[in-house]
Amino acid sequence: MSLIINWNEFTPLASLVGGVLIGIGSVLLVAAKGRILGISGIVGSLLQTNNTPQDHYRWRVYFLFGIFLSTLVGGFLSLIPKFDITSDYTTLIAGVLLVGFGTRMGSGCTSGHAVCGLARLSMRSLLATMTFMATGFLTAYVFYHFI
Amino acid sequence: MKNYLTLFAGFLFGLGLIVSGMSNPNKVIHFLDIAAIWDPSLAFVMLGAIPVAFLGFRWIESKHKTIFNEELHLPGKNHFNADLFIGSLLFGIGWAITGFCPGPALVAFVAILNLGNGSFKATSFVLAMLVGMLIHDRIYKHLMKRR
Repeated sequence: MSLIINWNEFTPLASLVGGVLIGIGSVLLVAAKGRILGISGIVGSLLQTNNTPQDHYRWRVYFLFGIFLSTLVGGFLSLIPKFDITSDYTTLIAGVLLVGFGTRMGSGCTSGHAVCGLARLSMRSLLATMTFMATGFLTAYVFYHFI
Repeated sequence: MKNYLTLFAGFLFGLGLIVSGMSNPNKVIHFLDIAAIWDPSLAFVMLGAIPVAFLGFRWIESKHKTIFNEELHLPGKNHFNADLFIGSLLFGIGWAITGFCPGPALVAFVAILNLGNGSFKATSFVLAMLVGMLIHDRIYKHLMKRR
């Protein structure tokens, strides 16, 4: 197997700039609230109903409202692609269920483990990131070439 | 002030996902599927995000306080368990099948509802992700506790 690069879709600069924005966002959150910017954690905690200290929901809602505003700006600048579902719907739903379940079980996803965790030199996040990257690449290979 | 900074963190994070291409499931799949014509762009997201986050976390963690002199709520770095590994493993599978991780799924959800960027069918993705989270937090965790 040899690697062939897709030069037409290659966007190193945009991805780098986007990455820097994500980095600044996570620094801002830990500086202001002392929290890890991890979406599965933030969303999962909002779904809890039994655990309600004073500030449990508020900052998370503010944070998600920030994401909401970013999509308005992104939409205004026509940066957001169309989301069409072309492949088998049931498989995709099963896949997304795995995303939800797995990120809660593994205490983090791409933002919490692969950005914040690695930046903090957390061995725990390194193990998590290597694991989901490995199964990600492996699954993509099997799923898009043999199934 | 704290809340507005939190909101701005969410805004930058969301914008970063959009600008970098992370919120485009096809781009994610073209990144994970190295056996097809490969688009390595998304590696640049981590390249942009991690150094920025590294410096920011080092600053805050050496202060042991937020900029408002409040406690940090940061997870440990060195505890490993089976859940961390298995959860990450499952997440990687779902991520490769769908091209969605939690943050981009939220962006897609808002974009579809707000801007009509895609079928209503695609919004069921995010709902399924939330269901996956709830299955873990409400059912799986309790079943494990009882054993």
